[in-house]
Amino acid sequence: MQNSEIIKIENLTKRYHMGENDFTALRNINLTFSKGEFTGLVGPSGSGKTTLLNIIGSLDNPTEGNAIVLGNSVSELTHKQSAVLRNYHIGFIFQTYNLLSVYTVFDNVEFALLLQKHTVAERQKMVMEALDWVGLADKAQSKPAQLSGGECQRVSIARAMVKRPEIVLADEPSANLDAANSHHIIQTMKKLNRELNTTFIFATHDEKVMQYLDRIIHLKDGRIEKDLIMPDSKTESHVSL
Amino acid sequence: MLAFKLAFKNLVGAGLRTWLNVSVLSFAFVVIVFYNGMLDGWNRQGRSDTKAWETGNGQYWHPLYDRYDPFSLQDAHAVVTGEAAKLTKENQITPILITQATAYPQGRMLNVMLKGIDPNQKILMIPSGSLKAQNGEIPALIGKRMAESTHLQKGDHVLVRWRDVNGTFDAREILITEIFSSNVPTIDVSQIYVPLSSLQEMTGMKDEATFLVANGTLNNTEIKGWTFKDSKFLLKDFDEMIDTKKGGSRIIYLLLLSIALLAIFDTQVLSIFRRQKEIGTYIALGMTRSRVIRLFTVEGSMHSILALILGSLYGIPLMLLINKYGIPMPKSADQAGIAISEKIIPFYSLGMLVSTVLLVVISATIVSYFPTRRISKMKPTDALKGKIQ
Ligand SMILES: Nc1ncnc2c1ncn2[C@@H]1O[C@H](COP(=O)(O)OP(=O)(O)OP(=O)(O)O)[C@@H](O)[C@H]1O
Ligand SMILES: [Mg+2]
Repeated sequence: MQNSEIIKIENLTKRYHMGENDFTALRNINLTFSKGEFTGLVGPSGSGKTTLLNIIGSLDNPTEGNAIVLGNSVSELTHKQSAVLRNYHIGFIFQTYNLLSVYTVFDNVEFALLLQKHTVAERQKMVMEALDWVGLADKAQSKPAQLSGGECQRVSIARAMVKRPEIVLADEPSANLDAANSHHIIQTMKKLNRELNTTFIFATHDEKVMQYLDRIIHLKDGRIEKDLIMPDSKTESHVSL
Repeated sequence: MLAFKLAFKNLVGAGLRTWLNVSVLSFAFVVIVFYNGMLDGWNRQGRSDTKAWETGNGQYWHPLYDRYDPFSLQDAHAVVTGEAAKLTKENQITPILITQATAYPQGRMLNVMLKGIDPNQKILMIPSGSLKAQNGEIPALIGKRMAESTHLQKGDHVLVRWRDVNGTFDAREILITEIFSSNVPTIDVSQIYVPLSSLQEMTGMKDEATFLVANGTLNNTEIKGWTFKDSKFLLKDFDEMIDTKKGGSRIIYLLLLSIALLAIFDTQVLSIFRRQKEIGTYIALGMTRSRVIRLFTVEGSMHSILALILGSLYGIPLMLLINKYGIPMPKSADQAGIAISEKIIPFYSLGMLVSTVLLVVISATIVSYFPTRRISKMKPTDALKGKIQ
């Protein structure tokens, strides 16, 4: 189980139409990700990190080549199938949290479960458990506007994790946070990665995040420059909060 | 169900703007209900008054009678015999004889209709019982409008001149014994009621009538020699007038409704533009685009539900109050010659309420849906960046 391959990217190229000429954001990428990885896509701005995460999350389609996520070829999924894939199997964490401001913390975390088939009691239990993971059970009835940035990002981690997805895609999750909060959220994610064997893929520039990664993939101009395994990455136990 | 819950939260979360839209729409809703209720109330009142005072439960006309052509009266009369006579005896019908005449109140000259009515009839509300013969004089009954325009009072004498069956002029003074008050101008203006037997004698039309008014127990029974005219026919003018009024008020309230719908449409366009990131997030969380479209449509259309609730909150007490006191009607409406009481009590039928609710909800849903079609063209990645123009 530990090393089973859950994402396979084959000869993936992504081009955008820019008026007359095309712009190539990803060129001929080949990658595989295994279950339980804690991996970062690192590279300068415009190197294609977000583009690659979006394709893995089936929010976007490859121009050429293929991305196979949990056995599904992203380019062949219907709207509905890709919605189901995201709903059950992929969690997203965004730089700007993207919490729904009119809902409470509880409602935000519950949202993905509402699209699935659960009883009220099951949902209640799952949401409170997820809020426990991120240490925000006591803020369940708060609105996002009443939370700090770090707390918001923890809510969004709970929202991504509540359905226990196989994959979590986090695009610059620490970019809007200070050092202490960055460490805190990345440690929270690392803990969940260990305990639930969830695959995490980050897009990041953040040195603080990189210390915790098991694998770092360097992108530049849409190409893989380096793909490094980090044998001595930090775990949550290395740093006290 | 999920869509309703989410839509409700989003809508209430949007605050002031929502309540502005909802207020305008609720106002449109209340106005529509009120206008229709008023016209329906008028319609019911006017119809029942007209039936009670003028048309009864249908009339049997002499085949030559034409209510719009006074000259038809010369020939439109016949002896009430056989079946008709029997029914008259049984008080199932009452004969009315009409003759054109000229009256000379206070030296002025006025064309009038002389109507012969049985003093003992109970079918129409006209108080014919006061047409009691008094020492050889002919008693006469007029309505308050006729009394006002001629300055005739109870106890006055007035000279009338008419042609008898042979076309010969004859004239006599009659005595006003009673002035009655009715909401139905058509039985009042320029009309003088005298006992049927007196008029038959004056005109030499013994036992004759122009038409027979039926009571409720007589259900379209045919009477030989007479043509039955049902209430639908007899109330045609009144119904047409109400329809015209409805048409006019429809323009007003559809305008109001359009303003409210425009506000909702505008809010929808704006919220779909401003909430791209939210839309992207919904998609990332596993909603299909069509589900997001449904969510936003329900959200817009929910304005109408809130408007119905808000409208009921102030509309119901308001309408109860109005129904208690009635709406005073201007005199001018009376002069238009249509049945109208001094006060109208609006009537709210279930059908009218249901169709108004449907009109509001469906139109709000349609204007909410159109802007959301944009969502289906959005790329989720662009929506998440929130920078679609
Ligand atoms: N919708 C689009 N249309 C055209 N070009 C795009 C579009 N989205 C991304 N690009 C281009 O593709 C390239 C890669 O973009 P991407 O967002 O993946 O970069 P990134 O590595 O995430 O950068 P950053 O670190 O700044 O987030 C950029 O040069 C960008 O301009
Ligand atoms: Mg990016």
